[in-house]
Amino acid sequence: MPDYNLRLIIPEIFLFLWALFIIAFDLGTKRKNPKLIGYLTMGGIAATAVLLYLYHGGISFNNMFKSDPLALFFKVIFLGSAFMAVGSSFDIIAQKIKNHRGEFFGLVLFSTVGMMFLASAGELISLYIGLELTTIPLFILAAYYKDDRISVEAGLKYLVIGAFSSAILLYGLSLLYGLSGTTDIVMMKINLALLYLNTNGIGWALLMAIVMVLAGIGFKLALVPFHMWAPDVYQGAPTPITALLSVGSKAAGVVAFMRIFIDGLYGFADAVMFPLDWGNIVAVLAAAAMILGNISALRQKNIKRMLAYSSIAQIGYVMVGMVAVSELGVGSVGYYMFIYLFANMGAFAVATIFNDNTGSDSIASYAGLSKSSPMISAFMAIFLLSLAGIPPLAGFAAKFFVFAAGIQAGYTWLVILALLTAVVSLYYYANVIKMMYFAPDNPTIKLNTPLSANIVLIIGVAGLIIFGVYPEPILNFALDTARVFGF
Amino acid sequence: MIPIGHFLILSAMLFAVGAAGVIISRNLLIMLMSIELMLNAANLAIIAFSRMNNIVDGHVFVFIVFAVAAAEAAVGLAIIIMIFRNRESINADNFSLLKR
Repeated sequence: MPDYNLRLIIPEIFLFLWALFIIAFDLGTKRKNPKLIGYLTMGGIAATAVLLYLYHGGISFNNMFKSDPLALFFKVIFLGSAFMAVGSSFDIIAQKIKNHRGEFFGLVLFSTVGMMFLASAGELISLYIGLELTTIPLFILAAYYKDDRISVEAGLKYLVIGAFSSAILLYGLSLLYGLSGTTDIVMMKINLALLYLNTNGIGWALLMAIVMVLAGIGFKLALVPFHMWAPDVYQGAPTPITALLSVGSKAAGVVAFMRIFIDGLYGFADAVMFPLDWGNIVAVLAAAAMILGNISALRQKNIKRMLAYSSIAQIGYVMVGMVAVSELGVGSVGYYMFIYLFANMGAFAVATIFNDNTGSDSIASYAGLSKSSPMISAFMAIFLLSLAGIPPLAGFAAKFFVFAAGIQAGYTWLVILALLTAVVSLYYYANVIKMMYFAPDNPTIKLNTPLSANIVLIIGVAGLIIFGVYPEPILNFALDTARVFGF
Repeated sequence: MIPIGHFLILSAMLFAVGAAGVIISRNLLIMLMSIELMLNAANLAIIAFSRMNNIVDGHVFVFIVFAVAAAEAAVGLAIIIMIFRNRESINADNFSLLKR
């Protein structure tokens, strides 16, 4: 009996139509007002969040679209990252993008719609469409400064590597489809378990499928060894888009990883133990990500490149929770991504404001910032300390839960390595703070921030402090998402 | 009837040719074409599996992959034209401004 419950996809439909409206509105108005389009976009995202609250819970289109707690939780992260990316891009829109401003915001919304569909995908076809709808607008956005050689180069690199990785992912999905004879992820688990039982081993085809899917999603996550594109693209793309890439697109990769690897390739099915051990492979990759990300970040002079390597390291920490595959593991990964939203979007928002005012991205040019702009320096310090995991801030709680999940699942070596690399990471985060507060005075200009960027910064700081002191509501919500996988 | 293995071997070969093309070739247009070849190799595998298992989900999947490949090619060609206007070259070795 087919069920086509359109009520559940009302938020996605609304956001999609709103993106078209933004593009048409920009085309149709004579006097171009970049601020008005920006606020309309932010309003549309906020309205989508309200619609999401009203219409969620249930399964539609024969398992193709699952509106479960996991999807809801990650959709909040996607909407938050799009909201903050749009909020911090007002100055860029006014100064650097003369034409096609509506398309900029429209493409951000299209990409967000893709992430939302991806979070809800219960099935290989909708998962693939969601992934592509997320990345294709981001190719264009990364290359959005048409006359800037660096931005175009970033777009090109993202395009070639993104398309290459999605082709690898697709081939892996085709093998999974062929072996299991279904595109439904939960059915796939049962069929693969039967295949496993009958053939008495996982077989080279299944192993190849897993490696290819892992590579495809690993590119989206910028997990070592599939991370080469991240520093280049992060450095070249417009800074708000870098922020969206590092939070929204990465969270989309995390949820796709959960759907395929936890829902489809792990656990019990029909009383058959199904021990496809991707856990150890991913644990090694996570260890490599933590070591390489943190060590490479040490010698970066560009703040965006430094944050790119830091985000490679952060995905390593996230994977510690992922390999645990338990209630705490899934919950802590969700919580980590939620806190990462505030800290990383905030840090990139400060980098955007700084670049808009001074035209520089180098860490050395932050010297003496605390004298001319004490508030923004304090905010930046809070974001960076939270990324490093300093106790009163939410980043500490996030790391704590992820590491607890790792120890609970027996990955003690991975957690010890994570703790050691977290100490290393403190050095390069503190380096920026040292520059801002203790470096000899440079004649820095006072930073002017538009109102929308101030809203973004305040949301970021408030989130980090409130959820650092009082993590229970979000943590409970995140732990609740683990019910989706039957933990 | 042709056994499934033949289709799968052909598709694996096409995929390998495509992947090698992306890695070896320095011409951006050839890289883009090689990516299309990889997508079509996956399509061939999906269709063969779909016929083997006697289910039609695979046909739907392939149509959707066509649409995605078209979108990717459209965006890809646009970006390549843009970079050609900037640099007057489509040789991938020339694009290394971002290596610091």
